Amino acid sequence: MSGLAQKHKKLERNVTLLGLGAFITVAIGGIVEIAPLFWIDSTVEKVEGVRPYTPLELAGRNIYIREGCYSCHSQMIRPFRDEVERYGHYSLAAESMYDHPFQWGSKRTGPDLARVGGRYSDEWHVQHLIDPRSVVPESIMPPYAFLAKKELKSGDMVQHLRAQRRVGVPYSEEAIAAANEDLMAQADPTASTTDLEERYPKAQVRDFDGDPDRLTEMDALVAYLQMIGTLVDFEAGEAQEQPR
Amino acid sequence: MDTLLLKAGGWLAIVFFAFIAMVLAADAGFAVHMAIIALAAGITLWVTINKADYAAIGRGILKAPDPGVYDDDPIRWGVIATIFWGIAGMAVGLIIALQLAFPVLNLNNEFTTFGRLRPLHTSAVIFAFGGNALIATSYYVVQRTCRARLAFPGLARFVFWGYQLFIVLAATGYLMGVTQSKEYAEPEWYVDLWLTIVWLSYAAVFIGTIVRRSEPHIYVANWFYLAFILTIAMLHVVNGLSMPVSLLGSKSYAAFAGVQDALTQWWYGHNAVGFFLTAGFLAMMYYFVPKQAERPVYSYRLSIIHFWSLIFLYIWAGPHHLHYTALPDWAQTLGMVFSIVLWMPSWGGMINGLMTLNGAWDKIRTDPIIRMMVLALAFYGMSTFEGPMMSIKAVNSLSHYTDWTIGHVHSGALGWNGMITFACLYYLVPRLWGKERLYSLRMVNWHFWLSTLGIVLYAASMWVAGIMQGLMWREYGDDGYLVYAFSEVVSAMLPMYLIRAAGGLLYLAGAIVLVYNVWMTIAGKQRDEKPMTETPHNEDLDKPIVGKPAVAPAE
Repeated sequence: MSGLAQKHKKLERNVTLLGLGAFITVAIGGIVEIAPLFWIDSTVEKVEGVRPYTPLELAGRNIYIREGCYSCHSQMIRPFRDEVERYGHYSLAAESMYDHPFQWGSKRTGPDLARVGGRYSDEWHVQHLIDPRSVVPESIMPPYAFLAKKELKSGDMVQHLRAQRRVGVPYSEEAIAAANEDLMAQADPTASTTDLEERYPKAQVRDFDGDPDRLTEMDALVAYLQMIGTLVDFEAGEAQEQPR
Repeated sequence: MDTLLLKAGGWLAIVFFAFIAMVLAADAGFAVHMAIIALAAGITLWVTINKADYAAIGRGILKAPDPGVYDDDPIRWGVIATIFWGIAGMAVGLIIALQLAFPVLNLNNEFTTFGRLRPLHTSAVIFAFGGNALIATSYYVVQRTCRARLAFPGLARFVFWGYQLFIVLAATGYLMGVTQSKEYAEPEWYVDLWLTIVWLSYAAVFIGTIVRRSEPHIYVANWFYLAFILTIAMLHVVNGLSMPVSLLGSKSYAAFAGVQDALTQWWYGHNAVGFFLTAGFLAMMYYFVPKQAERPVYSYRLSIIHFWSLIFLYIWAGPHHLHYTALPDWAQTLGMVFSIVLWMPSWGGMINGLMTLNGAWDKIRTDPIIRMMVLALAFYGMSTFEGPMMSIKAVNSLSHYTDWTIGHVHSGALGWNGMITFACLYYLVPRLWGKERLYSLRMVNWHFWLSTLGIVLYAASMWVAGIMQGLMWREYGDDGYLVYAFSEVVSAMLPMYLIRAAGGLLYLAGAIVLVYNVWMTIAGKQRDEKPMTETPHNEDLDKPIVGKPAVAPAE
């Protein structure tokens, strides 16, 4: 014991040794525990259907981030009977593989949103966001009426997609070039959307906020909410009875 | 004169570039931030020009500070900043607590929703209140234990003001929706870059002062401060990695995605707790508890073992924030095991602090500052037991996503970080401002009891709320269906949220008592009050009464 204290005297008399020792000590955990996640292939098992966000969904997701929705809503269903029954199939790693940053959350003041897409109508979402207590009287969610009034900022989606690609999201050159048009087209029922739907399978094209004349932040947020958790077809993966 | 010109020119250039960036900004948030930076640089420029001692410069005299006293100016500022941000952060906490009970308080306004105010609360109390306390106390402790003045006094001042600018940018950013959405690391890329510069300067001042020390040994408090500064630098840089959309806009995308981003974030998030709120505050404990108790640290060997094991183990514990998620199972289990093992070094710190009072336990009765320190250590011990318990996967399956986590955090933050900080402030203020004593020791006692009652209400209501949520969400009826809709669980929380807000109000009230006490102390006043010690011995009364007849016995 006193040997330890004697040896330790070297460290406490030399700030370089002490600092270096402390830094190495704290670096070990991160190297052993986090770094392998980047090269162990089974960390994120590829799943059919998962694709990068459409420009409109991405804009909606950015609003979700801006408003701090993660403070109260998780997007990570745990593999428990009650959660799967309440929210849907448990979340897969692949479903958030293009999420920069992730939005798994840490608190459920409100319900999980990992599979909220398609659960409610657009009208419900718009009404709920404008005045949550008009549809859920017990709700304690803040009202987000201003989203319906604010024009969605458009015109810089090319830069957004380019930044996304720089961090590893596989947007094609043409997807990046068409980002601004794709943003407008997805909420415009009159626009031609063949290219958009080819680039982003399962993209939902319609006016989301009930006001087809304007592209608002509400359009983007509802477009995002309506697609969360809908990309993977879980029914296709269910056990099938083999015909004999 | 040349250096003055260089400095003034530099600040002017920053004003100029910030102004250009403001004009060209891609979004309103970035424009406001550039305006704030231009304003800050403008004020600095004005101060630089006005405060310069031209007479001395003209005579070629370099103004040298008095080497015979410690450099305490930035510490005094830091004490005031700590108190200011503490009150602000706690007040926002009270507001958001009330918003959860009365959603109308969101004011139907984009700037005052819970989602934007919540990061304001967490950052203000952790980084503004806690961070200023850490910087100020570390400047104080490192000078005293090294018997040397701060290295790089100019840089030390830059660290203080630069850190305040970081806080202002972060806080205004949250209100405007400028956020990366990474919990406790919300500031956007350019604010992160600024903090990196400030933090490395802080490391330079701290390590530089240790290098200049007159004592052969580096005192244990400084080990903890050093580990805290280095580790926070590492965590902040790695977790903050992101790709800006435009160099003239606030938005950026995190470098990592999904699983990897989640674990990087909670590696950061848990060690913001482990190093900012634990190692740094243990450093405060290791200096101020022995000083106030006038006793040496209980065990030198324990401090060695507990230091190295604490910093080694804490880093691994992050995955317990991601139990049962899509994070690989091996990482979850590893995180759980290390979290449980972490209980031991945590209690090593508590034992070393509490046992320092060996032979001075009577001071708990007579010294309310010691009383606060003991309470802080008791809460440290309690929350570092609760944490490992909650990291057990089976427990976590119930507690995760619930208010139990919020209760746990607050028993640590209010009980440990808050109380040890208040105790240190009470210790520091009379010494830094050269006063004989605090304005009132009895008010410290009031503060103690207001806070204690507040924490008890807070923690108890959140335990009940959290366990209720966990149980109600998973409740099945005889028919095999879930019993409660989510909204029913929300409405069941109302009484708990009200009790929690009451607890927060009491805690804030205690802090306001501190403000008054500190204010009056700095003003040089002393409250006329009965001392906190037991009734003093009175020689005159300690004798029999003579000359009066004895009371006649009753018949």
